[in-house]
Amino acid sequence: MKFTINGRSYEAEADIRTSVLDLLREHVGLTGSKKGCDHGQCGACTVLINGRRVNSCLTLAVMHQDDEITTIEGLGTPDDLHPLQAAFVAHDGYQCGYCTPGQICSAVGMLDEAKKGWPSHVSADLEHSDLSDAEISERMSGNICRCAAYPNIVDAIREVAGRAPAGRDVAGADA
Amino acid sequence: MLGLDKGDHVTLTMDEAHPVSLLDTGVQGVIGKPLSRVDGPDKVSGAATYAAEYALDDLAYGVLVGAAIGKGRVVSIDAAAAKAMPGVIDVVTDFDTFIRVSQQGGETEAPTQGVRDIEYFGEIIAIVVAETFEAARDAAERLPVEYERGDGVFAFSMDDARDGDLPTNIVPARTEQGDIDQAMRDAAVSVDVTYTTPSQNSAAMEPHASIATWEGDSLTLYGAYQMPTSDAQQLAESLGIAADKVRIIAHFIGGGFGSKLGIAPESVAAAVAAKRLGRPVKAVMMRQQVFDATVRRSNTSQRMRLAARADGTLIGIGHETTASNLSTEDFFEPAGISTHFLYAGDNRLVSHDLVRLNWLLSGSMRAPGEAVGLLGLECAVDELAMALDIDPIELRRINEPARDPEKDVDFSSRALMPALDTGAKRFGWEQRPVRPGTRREGEWLIGMGVAAAARANMLMETSAKVAIHPDGSVTVSSAMTDIGTGSYTILTQVAAEMLGVPMDRITMELGDTNDVPAAGSGGSWGACSSGSAIYLACEALRGKLARAMDVAEAALTLKDGRAIGDNRSTPIGDLVGDGIEAIGTIKPGEQEELFTQASYGAHFAEVAVNRVTGETRVRRMLGVFAAGRILNEKTARSQCLGGMTFGIGAALTEDLIHDTRTGKLVNRDLAEYHVPVNADVPQLEVVFLPERDIHANPIHAKGIGELGICGAGAAIANAIYNATAIRVRGFPITLDKLIAALPAV
Ligand code: FES
Ligand code: FES
Repeated sequence: MKFTINGRSYEAEADIRTSVLDLLREHVGLTGSKKGCDHGQCGACTVLINGRRVNSCLTLAVMHQDDEITTIEGLGTPDDLHPLQAAFVAHDGYQCGYCTPGQICSAVGMLDEAKKGWPSHVSADLEHSDLSDAEISERMSGNICRCAAYPNIVDAIREVAGRAPAGRDVAGADA
Repeated sequence: MLGLDKGDHVTLTMDEAHPVSLLDTGVQGVIGKPLSRVDGPDKVSGAATYAAEYALDDLAYGVLVGAAIGKGRVVSIDAAAAKAMPGVIDVVTDFDTFIRVSQQGGETEAPTQGVRDIEYFGEIIAIVVAETFEAARDAAERLPVEYERGDGVFAFSMDDARDGDLPTNIVPARTEQGDIDQAMRDAAVSVDVTYTTPSQNSAAMEPHASIATWEGDSLTLYGAYQMPTSDAQQLAESLGIAADKVRIIAHFIGGGFGSKLGIAPESVAAAVAAKRLGRPVKAVMMRQQVFDATVRRSNTSQRMRLAARADGTLIGIGHETTASNLSTEDFFEPAGISTHFLYAGDNRLVSHDLVRLNWLLSGSMRAPGEAVGLLGLECAVDELAMALDIDPIELRRINEPARDPEKDVDFSSRALMPALDTGAKRFGWEQRPVRPGTRREGEWLIGMGVAAAARANMLMETSAKVAIHPDGSVTVSSAMTDIGTGSYTILTQVAAEMLGVPMDRITMELGDTNDVPAAGSGGSWGACSSGSAIYLACEALRGKLARAMDVAEAALTLKDGRAIGDNRSTPIGDLVGDGIEAIGTIKPGEQEELFTQASYGAHFAEVAVNRVTGETRVRRMLGVFAAGRILNEKTARSQCLGGMTFGIGAALTEDLIHDTRTGKLVNRDLAEYHVPVNADVPQLEVVFLPERDIHANPIHAKGIGELGICGAGAAIANAIYNATAIRVRGFPITLDKLIAALPAV
């Protein structure tokens, strides 16, 4: 099978049962994408497929031979970090780092969704996303971080989104 | 080597206080600073390599098979059927060698071995090895296994027999002082209530993983392990080989929270399979297997008795915990650990007991003891405050002990009241509704709660080697680990401050048992133990540099890679010839007995409880902590955020449910076992109080990784009571437990 990953072509002898995640980790040697559950429950495996965030453990490689797959390695390198990667470092948006590639890929996809005007579950106005802290939190809730760097993850994303820090109005404050 | 004998090895046993720390006189100016992690760029770009990510030649994939019964025996495994499937190499089991349970942290023996007998659902009985992961997974799922079912005990009941007499686990199983029963009779006001907490899972994001590879009779295991030095000993004992034949490599670990303290079943399975096949084998536990067959925090039932005079003075404290474990295992959840020293009161009973069940092993999860023990104690104190009509902070002030209330010793340092007072001011405690259930905002009921945080401090024997090279760069090496705690960074800061070397000139080599031994990461001892070992090695090197420069050690200043003294300034590389090195070793000593050492803090929470649905939202949380010297404000804060969030999970959502017919976990994955997600966690606030603890270690720091969880859930529970006037004594406080008692809408 042939794949385009981070702008490069790869050929791999994958099984039809091979997920995109296992393709990346076991066949292509890109281990930046993490396996936390293999069941679409944690988000550690999040990559971008044609620009959209996808749990790569939940989709089969064989279905994506004509797609553009972008992984954490394709966003930036230790010496040349993507702005979100740099913001995660600056804000300590991680601890063990295992959920982190998924968080960052998810954040890239999420910011694009917000830019396109896709509302979130907590958007006050379905026409205009304001990317409030509550929205960032809700939109990022498919990515579990057991180290619980959540406040720092929100800080990092907010900074890259160009929003000023604000009091975080979580549910319970709507009355 | 110049001016330093090879093998220069300094050992300090903490028998005496260590009033002077060179970190206070260092001029590099990095200690304590909120520096970003040195391993950060690797972590955010996918370049950090975790256990399952080493690409070895000829690697075979192993998938574990767990027992499908809760008690009984394996009669047969039909390996031939699995081997007939394409790509499958072998089905490997060894009924004697495979470990039945994970090992507890720090043990040097093998855990209980032997997997023909099934003691709990999911016990790992075999490993299917194939050329690909997909082939191994399919074959493992279809492996025919014949069992003989036995009678097990699958439901926890306080009516069941208990041990009554258990060996010490961090604390003695039972201590008694005075007469708690009499104190309860004499009390003007008392509380006698039982709190329960469920089984919990650490749920580190990286599943347990091992790659085993043999070279002759030597094993190298790339493993996700918190304590490689003792893990290697456990592994060697399990395999029946000498400890020096096992090397564990664990450069990056995707979280542990106690679950990776001791070896887990995948390690031995991978090692046995690799040996038998003559090629490296990778075994990564499925998420469900991590739940089923690693380790849980035990459920607890805690009877809390508090006896007070009318003025709030405690005359008695009783904390009797019943937890559960397998019949072969002695570990009990030491829930009363901080009840020993948190409050004054003459009559005291702190006890622990076990009900024996066919549930998976119980062992350490973040802050074993306090994490659930303070749910009981701090909620009971809140109940007493209500009964006495005294502010909960004032009640704690009334019962603040001058010395350890059980031992005839002083506290090494204790900032509980300063933490409570600082927090009260910052959080706006005076705005708390004094009468519960009285503040409403639309359909939400609003309340505030407070709880004390306390975590016993530990120091563990640990070594580190520090080398200064001729180019002035420095290498630090040790079998210490970084499980997300920030070891790479804070230990670099210690070395940089001690040697006056810029951070980027220091290479920190961690996570390899070929380096000098360390206690690893656990019990919040990592930073203090390893930091102290590095301190000692650097202190020795400073002496050598002073001699090489011919200045008095006290007159030597080290900064930016230069040694300055006697009006001269020299690059340190010029003073070390071919290079110098020293090993530092720290050991716990009498200071542990002479002083009660702990970190303290205070948690404040504001919650909103929905009057219609019973849903609780945490709106705000503040943690104020004093844990000796803070080595890096940024990573320390993150540790506290993580702990506080574990507290949110314990208070509101985390509940591992066992099927009472088989012991099987009902919610054995991340969709059903609810750890907090981003939207559950508000913008938490963390404040550190300046503190030094000269009795703890030469760097004057204390553990912080677990302090954040201690008491956090209790502050939330107390806030829920303040919001609703409903006291739920069974954790987690899910909406079904509130809704019936909420006022009609
Ligand atoms: S590994 Fe894909 S969602 Fe968890
Ligand atoms: S950084 Fe450890 S799970 Fe997120």
